[in-house]
Amino acid sequence: MEGHKPLIWPGFIALALTPGIAIVAIIYMAWLSIWNLNALIIDSYVFDVLEFTLFQATLSTLFSLLFALPVARALARRTNFPGRGVILKLFGLPLVIPVVVTVFGITAIWGQNGLVSGFLEYLGFNGLSPLYGLTGILIAHTFFNMPLMVRLLLPIWESIPGEYWRIASMTGMNSLSMFRYVELPKLRDGLPGLVILVFLLCFTSFTIVLILGGGPQSTTIEVAIFHEVRSNFNIPKAIFLALIQVGICFCISLLLLKFALFQPGSVTENRSSARPDIISPLSKINDAIWIALGCLWVGAPIAGIIAKGLLGPVFQVLGNQAVWEATIRSLMVGFGSGLIAVSLGLLLSSTTRDIAVRGKNTGLANRLELTGSQTLIVSPIILGTGLFVILSPFISVFEYNLYLATLINGFIAVPFVLRLVSPVLRENAEKHDALCNSLGLGSWNKIRIVEIPLAKKEIILAFALSTAMATGDLTSVVFFSSGSNPTLALMLYQALGNYRVNDSAVMALLLIVVCLMVFVIIERLGNALLRS
Amino acid sequence: MPFSGLELATVEYEQGEWGLNVSLKLSKGSLNGLIGASGAGKSTLLSLIAGFQTVNSGTIKFNGQTITRLPPSKRPISILFQEHNLFSHLTAFQNVLLGINPSLKVTDTTEQEVYAALDQVGLSSKEQRTPKNLSGGERQRVAIARTLVMKRPVLLLDEPFTALGPALRAEMLNLVKDLSLENGLTVLMVSHTPEDLAGFAENSAFMEKGRIIYFKPTRELLDGKSLPEITRYLKFEDNRD
Repeated sequence: MEGHKPLIWPGFIALALTPGIAIVAIIYMAWLSIWNLNALIIDSYVFDVLEFTLFQATLSTLFSLLFALPVARALARRTNFPGRGVILKLFGLPLVIPVVVTVFGITAIWGQNGLVSGFLEYLGFNGLSPLYGLTGILIAHTFFNMPLMVRLLLPIWESIPGEYWRIASMTGMNSLSMFRYVELPKLRDGLPGLVILVFLLCFTSFTIVLILGGGPQSTTIEVAIFHEVRSNFNIPKAIFLALIQVGICFCISLLLLKFALFQPGSVTENRSSARPDIISPLSKINDAIWIALGCLWVGAPIAGIIAKGLLGPVFQVLGNQAVWEATIRSLMVGFGSGLIAVSLGLLLSSTTRDIAVRGKNTGLANRLELTGSQTLIVSPIILGTGLFVILSPFISVFEYNLYLATLINGFIAVPFVLRLVSPVLRENAEKHDALCNSLGLGSWNKIRIVEIPLAKKEIILAFALSTAMATGDLTSVVFFSSGSNPTLALMLYQALGNYRVNDSAVMALLLIVVCLMVFVIIERLGNALLRS
Repeated sequence: MPFSGLELATVEYEQGEWGLNVSLKLSKGSLNGLIGASGAGKSTLLSLIAGFQTVNSGTIKFNGQTITRLPPSKRPISILFQEHNLFSHLTAFQNVLLGINPSLKVTDTTEQEVYAALDQVGLSSKEQRTPKNLSGGERQRVAIARTLVMKRPVLLLDEPFTALGPALRAEMLNLVKDLSLENGLTVLMVSHTPEDLAGFAENSAFMEKGRIIYFKPTRELLDGKSLPEITRYLKFEDNRD
């Protein structure tokens, strides 16, 4: 296509920051450990931690998958299921609800004094034991990743052409044949990438393990690094653990590159094309049960948070000025991270769009965008350790805790921004480039007059999502915490540590409300401003 | 004496602003065309005949037997779509075999049947290829082979050759015509290209807003003097490209 040279420098700036900083940090840590070889020993502690990390990640992924498949299939078969849209929204909630808060909800349902335990005792059975260690971690990981998997699996089912179902019904396939010849081949394309993604998420899980784990028998590498830096002050050991984790995650991510995540293609026919195996009453009951189980699994802990919060000392906590100051700090971290994420995402995607559409090199563009997902390899804790090691000779790192937490949260959200914004930018470039060129619009005018206005909706959504996610973050905040200026999430974690469970229940509810409000307000306000 | 062929008696179906209401008789072994603007209800009509959608009222009969409520697999009907007639992960052989055995069990007889059908459509050496290694025309040939092994007396064609070039389209139309006459099939073909119907269908129907307002010899329909609606449609079709 006739036109100007691709814009290279915006993408260069973005890549220099993320993954640039992470790469520098890893290289520097590796350099340091060369001079401190005696720290590089896989002792029994390191081995235990490594073993547990792999074990829990494998089980968590397996349970999430085994639960997600039937729920996703049921939802895919029942496109007219009452409240399906609401159910999908519910399944999206775990992404926005702060991790530290959901631990509350999960103990409210599955804990020693929780709902299920109480019900069992009422029936005359023994109650459940305390929810610490592996069981709690598995339940929490399945709470997060089952709905995530369902949401990522559904597009795979939706990409099955309507004609396939018609051929299936014309030739008289039964449900089993349909699964084997129609659904399974499609799943084979998308499932490996999804499984690897969830495995990585569980492998580097921090907050859940920090709260529900304990001791080397149930500690992940991520949490062990945190303890080495913040409790044992054993930086060489922290670096060693960090390098092990980066190495493992890097190898697993190479698999992810091989399989890639499923990209839904175009579906030619959008006429109604109901599959033939959904009429029998048995299939209806089966699907309804799985959908109900999925909703309960996700919905009950959320309801638990609300109930526990409302039953707590609401006025006492809300009357505490420190709580509101912490809330403001949370919001500052949130908005700062949102700005960083959207800026980096837009810089990178404006370059990858040029490379993909104008330079006709979609492969390179996609690979560059994938580097934005570096947090799957270099987790927030590892990035934090790297920044700590690099910066501590010059500044007293923990005085800048909120700034550093903001920066890292901004980096984490970049992949979400790219996923939302990049496809729209590329699509619009394909549609409007010819006209823009014939009008003689330069690249910046094009961005200003055509591209940003057309992508506004997605940009606002990306900002709302990344801000809400960072507002409730505990990982980076607790890693850099100085003890004097907590965010709401950190205050809640500290209250939990001091066994002020009732106070923390109210704070959990407040944090959820704040995060959801941030999301809703940014999205509504942004779109209202758009219309006026 | 029941009507020999496919018979639709006041078939009604609710959809959107207007409902579909069709009566139509296609005599056994005849080749018929169906044209009309986009959204006139042509594809819906084929779906109703094939059983993918169920009529609100009216009856569909074949050779006097009512098939209105039968599931698609029990109807004497096979259908070809414009795209996605084949499962992309199955070979040509497997895609055809599906027409005989929906769980892909192979026996000596079925194997021979499949090979014979592929031979009839001129694909005898390509039975192990998957759709992505076949050309657009070859893919539709595999789908035609499947309708052959299904041995169903009625064949519905939903614009199956629209995506192909003019020469290839003519070739495919001839193939379907020959095979249909050979096997005595009753055919109804939806087309967006009126000239395709000229050499293919003896009679053609014109559909507008869910109703068939004309069903006569194709020649008369295409000379453009039959009805003002048809004249308008044919002119519009000419100016389209």
